[in-house]
Amino acid sequence: MTQVRVVVTLKPSLLDAQGRVVQDALHSLGYTEVGRVRIGKYLELDLNEEANGDVAARVREMCERLLANPVIEDYHFEVIS
Amino acid sequence: MSAQGTSGRGSGPAVRRGPKFAVIRFPGSNCDQDALHVIRNVLGRPAEYVWHRERDLQGFDVVVLPGGFSYGDYLRTGAVARFAPIMDAVRAHAERGKPVLGICNGFQILCEAHLLPGALVRNTSCRFLCKYVSLRVENADTPFTCAYSEGQVLRIPIAHGEGRYVCDEATLQELEAQRRVLFRYVNARGELTPESNPNGSMGSIAGVANARFNVLGMMPHPERASEKILGSADGRGVFESLVLSAVAVA
Repeated sequence: MTQVRVVVTLKPSLLDAQGRVVQDALHSLGYTEVGRVRIGKYLELDLNEEANGDVAARVREMCERLLANPVIEDYHFEVIS
Repeated sequence: MSAQGTSGRGSGPAVRRGPKFAVIRFPGSNCDQDALHVIRNVLGRPAEYVWHRERDLQGFDVVVLPGGFSYGDYLRTGAVARFAPIMDAVRAHAERGKPVLGICNGFQILCEAHLLPGALVRNTSCRFLCKYVSLRVENADTPFTCAYSEGQVLRIPIAHGEGRYVCDEATLQELEAQRRVLFRYVNARGELTPESNPNGSMGSIAGVANARFNVLGMMPHPERASEKILGSADGRGVFESLVLSAVAVA
């Protein structure tokens, strides 16, 4: 079985409001070495036996169309066979 | 201002002729009944619900995408609703130059569908905000705002967790140059201040139109502010504008 692991994050130019809250919380716990915190989404896609050919191209299309919003988010993924 | 009398048949609750409104219902829509109520019972204009599985908007003049949490806001607000069967018809309706109004979640869906530029992300405060805000009408020369006057300050509630409007710098400049920002968050005196921006939106943008001015997305809820008895009737002008502009076209 092929598995795809996708990570989606807000573009660096955008304020990640949740990330900032976590950063503040880490600081208040004494982890002052922590700089910027970004929160993203992690998706695991299990591909069935139909998945052959250019898996990466298909996954890129999934990311562009649905899994990420390219207006505000970046994504990257890895294909694990 | 009021659209009363434009039909020449006086006011009253009887449903008059005039633009027919479609209120799209997605699983998770929760402002659909408010929108229908205002159009039918306050303005006295015909309105029908249209289920998201439908594919046809024939016979409708105005399409409203109401607020709510379509598809549970899973993945991103509006991300799944954007692919609902009805959205092809909404896109075709917009391409014909007919008005589409997206309120709150409707605005988020229109951005995801690329019928409007930019996107709506989590409020800078990370809080869900449910309160009255002051809005300034920035352009009263559109089908959504012609019942208002430019610079008019409205009191309309917001209710959202993801209402921070963002877009890239080039888009922002284009929106400003083309006067496509129809509503901005201001203070009660109509002044633009950092404190009057509830969610951190770029340019304090509360409502933005497409280049043809027939698609509007706004985070505040005009349908919740259309009757004095409910606290404010300032939002009614959005619906009245749509009626006025439809009458002008016909």
